[in-house]
Amino acid sequence: MRQQPVLEVRGIRKEFPGVVALDGVDFRLFPGEVHALLGENGAGKSTLIKVLTGVHPADGGEVVLAGDRVRIAGPLQAQQAGISTVYQEVNLCPNLSVAENIFIGREPRRFGLIDWAGMRRRAAELVRELDLDIDVSTPLNSHSIAVQQLVAIVRAVDLSAKVLILDEPTSSLDRDEVRRLFAVMRRLRDQGVAILFVTHFLDQIYEICDRMTVLRNGRLEGEYLINELNQVQLVSRMIGAELAGLDRLGGGKRSERTAPADGAVFLEADGLTRRGAVEPYDLAIRSGEVIGLAGLLGSGRTEAARLLFGADQSDGGTLRIEGAKTALRGPRDAIAHGIAFCSENRKTEGLVGELTVRENIVLALQASRGWTRPLSRTVQEQYALRWIRALDIRPDNPEALVRNLSGGNQQKVLLARWLITDPKLLILDEPTRGIDIGAKAEIQKLVANLADDGMAVLFISAELEEVLRLSHRVGVLRDHRMVAQLDNDGELTPEHVMATIASGADR
Amino acid sequence: MNANALLTRLRGQIPLLVTAVLLVSMFGVGSAQYDGFFSGQVVLNLLIDNAFLLVVAVGMTFVVLTGGIDLSVGAVVALSTMVSAWLVERQGWPPLLVIPLVLLMGTAGGWLMGWVIHVFEIQPFIVTLAGMFLARGLCYTISIDSISITDPQYTAMAQTRIPLGSLFVSPSAVIALLVVAVGFVVLHYTRLGRNVYALGGSEQSALLMGLPVQRTKTTVYAISGFCSALGGVLLTFYMLSGYGLHAVGLELDAIAAVVIGGTLLTGGSGYLLGTLLGVLVLGLIQTVISFQGTLSSWWTRIVIGALLFVFIVLQRLITARRR
Repeated sequence: MRQQPVLEVRGIRKEFPGVVALDGVDFRLFPGEVHALLGENGAGKSTLIKVLTGVHPADGGEVVLAGDRVRIAGPLQAQQAGISTVYQEVNLCPNLSVAENIFIGREPRRFGLIDWAGMRRRAAELVRELDLDIDVSTPLNSHSIAVQQLVAIVRAVDLSAKVLILDEPTSSLDRDEVRRLFAVMRRLRDQGVAILFVTHFLDQIYEICDRMTVLRNGRLEGEYLINELNQVQLVSRMIGAELAGLDRLGGGKRSERTAPADGAVFLEADGLTRRGAVEPYDLAIRSGEVIGLAGLLGSGRTEAARLLFGADQSDGGTLRIEGAKTALRGPRDAIAHGIAFCSENRKTEGLVGELTVRENIVLALQASRGWTRPLSRTVQEQYALRWIRALDIRPDNPEALVRNLSGGNQQKVLLARWLITDPKLLILDEPTRGIDIGAKAEIQKLVANLADDGMAVLFISAELEEVLRLSHRVGVLRDHRMVAQLDNDGELTPEHVMATIASGADR
Repeated sequence: MNANALLTRLRGQIPLLVTAVLLVSMFGVGSAQYDGFFSGQVVLNLLIDNAFLLVVAVGMTFVVLTGGIDLSVGAVVALSTMVSAWLVERQGWPPLLVIPLVLLMGTAGGWLMGWVIHVFEIQPFIVTLAGMFLARGLCYTISIDSISITDPQYTAMAQTRIPLGSLFVSPSAVIALLVVAVGFVVLHYTRLGRNVYALGGSEQSALLMGLPVQRTKTTVYAISGFCSALGGVLLTFYMLSGYGLHAVGLELDAIAAVVIGGTLLTGGSGYLLGTLLGVLVLGLIQTVISFQGTLSSWWTRIVIGALLFVFIVLQRLITARRR
């Protein structure tokens, strides 16, 4: 049954300034299989994909496609060679119609002019083949992300793809949408397309994949059939010898995390509200306490937190910080009061990709000191090295550019920036989204340690397990309303929290 | 869902509709207020007097649709009038040789700016600003004074009237409308045109979809350069002179016309017909003010300024709701 691999990569090597992203990696992909590419953040998955799609030229090694050695010079060449990619962020043009997004660059023409009717007809056929029911003449941005992703797949497949690369297509999809995507993937696999699938959700790998390749620290860890490894074995392959995080994966609940009654109330919100964002809510956070905020995406979790940081102005209610009534006029006020906010959007609202790890880490501290008292280079390096070590930021090079780091490591740099200012209240908005299990466990451990040292933490996450593992108390939001605050007394279960989220609906 | 999709599609047309309504109501008010305003010739005069602006604005529309901007157009227009006048009057070259040469010069200049913008990843604003100073400065190396044109072929183009029943248009107006028509076909029925829209929607995506981003970008600035040079040629027909102070601030009029015509400055959305309406609105403001008789011509600027504010805010509201 095993034919020749449609795509084979031998000894591929890729360096960025200060980082060896891929170090002699081999990889094979056979026609008619769904193949998972696994590894922690920074293991080299994204880089391998970018080499295969011609976004980054490889520094060494060779790519063999259907028996021929090829040099992939750019996205266009990759497509022409039969390698198509669908990225996590949909890389289509939101302003163009669905039909155009499928065909742009190779629109059907009559007498040299674009044949719009023919294009729409063919697009509609293609879309129907994948059991999608959408009007192809509507602009792409009138559809959900899930549909946009399927459109990207339609485009990729119609480029007569032999190899389809799906780079974390499921991270922003709900369960039904994932099912729809998987159905499409199975159909394509049966047609003989080789699919390379990257995801952080291990369950999905076992549901859809035939084989998997594990990368670690830019090196090949191994290639396995799906039933050769169970989940725990797989995770240990991914994170290697550092098994420290593993015991946390079993979902061991922090039953010992009862609320520290002795901590003084650091911040108290009383009927705080902002019209259209969040209805009046009360919340008290003690020093040394972790408060979780649970709720669906768009339930007002982030909006509630932004009021506490002054990022948005409240239009009702009062806020007390250390007992004194305070009106935060903006983030600068909040920072002066010892409040730090790690936003969920680390790329656009946090890090400066063009600066080094060191520069990013000292940014907030330098800003709070004012430019008249600059930190010396030596002090900066000390700080940077201390936090690189404390958070295990990889690579451990303070002069590496942040944009060359993986998502999880970028998140750690952002955390370090705030921790260095020694805040009294740390607000974390989805700090573990889109990062792998190893880094996730480390960040969770860090949050627990910080709280033990007396820091107040507001922890926002879509993963209930994670919220329950860390929090002393859980605020539940539903439709921009805080519907309950539950003590995490060791008996609180995700099901209970879910029921609370749901019951808010049928009031 | 279908109703929603329809709404989204309609929302993209709102700026265009607003401009159309504005144009018609301005014309209506003008006709009610002033004798002789309600005539076909007033409309045709709009085209005749603004032919060069219309041509320049077509090129600008291409650039703005990609999310770029071209500040050099006014200066290129002036340089084109200057080179034409100098070659025809002082060097005695035949107009049939001079005009293609000037067009080639504008196209090459635009292409070069597009190339610099893409290859060195520099903001179009600053590159075309440099182009603007360069072109304007070059005018004065030819002459600091106005050179008037007496060549019979030029005066023929200036005086020819193409009769339309009892009305008439100038050859320039016909050329300008032809440019609009060709531009429309290119934007909507060729791959180049669709790549222009794709580039304005998301350059990153266009690149990853394997579209020829560099070629599209340089072509767009070359088109704008060509249109500016052609605008310059039409202006020489209109003014019968070459002068370094011709078309001062024309780039801003062209941008205003494009924006009022409903094209988003962020790129990716807009129509060439909107630009035509935008130019007509600008022209109509001028006409109304000249019919009014007592207002200073600076009121044209004030009204354009106010309109621009309204349209930019309108665009902002529309794009904000889309998110």
